[in-house]
Amino acid sequence: MQSEAETRQTARSARAGWLLSTPALVLLAVGAIGPLLIVVVYSFLLPGKYGNVEWGFSLDAWRGILFTKDIFDDTLVLADAHLSIFWRSVKLSLLTTLFTFAVGFPTAWFIATRPQKQRALWLFLITIPFWTNLLIRTFAINEIIRNEGLLNTILLSLGLIEKPLEIIYTDTAVFIGMTYVYLPLMVLPLFAAIDRFDMRLLEAGYDLYATRWQVLRRIILPIVKPGIIAGSILVFVPALGAYVTPRILGGGKQMMIGNFIELQFGQGRNWPLGASLSVTLLVIVTAALLVYVRFANRDRGAHHG
Amino acid sequence: MAERNFSIARLPGFTPTAIMVFVALYLPIVMLVAFSFNSGKSVADFEGFTLQWFVKAWQNDHVKDATLRSLLIAVVAGIIATAVATAAALGTTRRKQFKGQTFIYVVINQPLMVPEIVTAVALLIFFAQIKVLTGYQGLGYLITAHAAFCIPFAYLPIRARLEGMDLTLEAAAADLYASPWQTFRFVTLPLLLPGMIAGFMLAFVTSLDDVVITLFVKSAGQDTLPTYMLGQIRRQITTEVYAISTVLLGLTVVLLTAFFVLTRKKD
Repeated sequence: MQSEAETRQTARSARAGWLLSTPALVLLAVGAIGPLLIVVVYSFLLPGKYGNVEWGFSLDAWRGILFTKDIFDDTLVLADAHLSIFWRSVKLSLLTTLFTFAVGFPTAWFIATRPQKQRALWLFLITIPFWTNLLIRTFAINEIIRNEGLLNTILLSLGLIEKPLEIIYTDTAVFIGMTYVYLPLMVLPLFAAIDRFDMRLLEAGYDLYATRWQVLRRIILPIVKPGIIAGSILVFVPALGAYVTPRILGGGKQMMIGNFIELQFGQGRNWPLGASLSVTLLVIVTAALLVYVRFANRDRGAHHG
Repeated sequence: MAERNFSIARLPGFTPTAIMVFVALYLPIVMLVAFSFNSGKSVADFEGFTLQWFVKAWQNDHVKDATLRSLLIAVVAGIIATAVATAAALGTTRRKQFKGQTFIYVVINQPLMVPEIVTAVALLIFFAQIKVLTGYQGLGYLITAHAAFCIPFAYLPIRARLEGMDLTLEAAAADLYASPWQTFRFVTLPLLLPGMIAGFMLAFVTSLDDVVITLFVKSAGQDTLPTYMLGQIRRQITTEVYAISTVLLGLTVVLLTAFFVLTRKKD
């Protein structure tokens, strides 16, 4: 049982905790979270003629996500253009997640198995691209894959191809670009998980005549799973909402959801549709995060149990 | 022992893959830096060393304006974010778990979880209303937005620093009749300072890098360096943009190196 004085002290400590956090909470409420609620309201309004909205309740923006009005008889038909944008976003984000894992896992493993002293340096080499401006990294990869870029120059001079590969402004370009810019987000959490991995378990596995493949599949991957999930979320979430990379490497034609949202606030002049698309994106991302929390908690529970 | 672990931990193909990843990560960046010193007019062939693109970029009034605006926003937003994050870190560490603490964590880390484009849209809508109501068009909107999304980046190193801090020093100060303010001013704050500087640097870099939120929040004529660079892209990226990229890259590397030196654990 707590004494009355202790209870009072706990209450005072909690009050001080709230008080000290208040400036940060207020700033976030004004500059980040509060406006999100307004987006929800806007998704139920009518588009204004010159941008912004007209006040009047409507579900058009929500219908507009999947359907479009037929020009001739006003019936609702599935909007193929929208569907192809969603499909491209999901497909490219999943491919990016898979591929960053495929090359990121060996990289994280490599760093974690370096001698202690070298490890910080290798990690630093991953951190620099991570903190480098996304725009600059997209320019850099653009420099490699464009028609007169390094890749084509090398392939041409080796005689492997006769015409430059036209990668730029295709889905492939966006995929390569997103893999390049989001790779550090996969490697860092994987490294954190592998770093805690007890290498003696490998010894035990090999002693019991496990092959390398079995050791990888049955021992390593299950144990570093929290890192795999964390890395996948960290790549998938920004990839799904990507704007800069598809804009530069997709050349305005290979749009993803992020570019589609922006379009509604620019030439599209349909703010409510932009708002409903934003809410949809937010819901998908939140769902992904909840899945992550579920998995992380279950794994933690399993270790205690 | 380390040697033996090394051979056991080897998996076929992992090391070559990792080396290729490092090459693939750095080759494009190195190319970009190299071409910013290229004297040829096109970005296709390297023709010789020159600094003319840097000079040209600096003589361009748009670039100069955007640079100064970027720095101003990053410094002011960085200071605000560091100040409120320090208070929040003091409020949420080193005390008994209190009701609502998890809520505070979630709110502080919210900018890391919501896609930038969604926040950008939200701020565009919100600030558009305020602009109509107040008529104010200044940099305040950009600074508010930047300060808000920089908070988690400032908060993390400060919190880490606080959690690793020795509580007995503060107890000793209190025993010697220091007032709570004196204890904070002369004991806690000096110990916390490296964490605050680290937090400020991460906030500064984050603000300097932002493209999407700035693009949506800025009024006409409020380009920052990244939005200016994005605006320059039509068919081909110019060497001038490469020169700006090289400078920004150099700044990032310097700040990160300083960050690692500041936060390195003494062995």
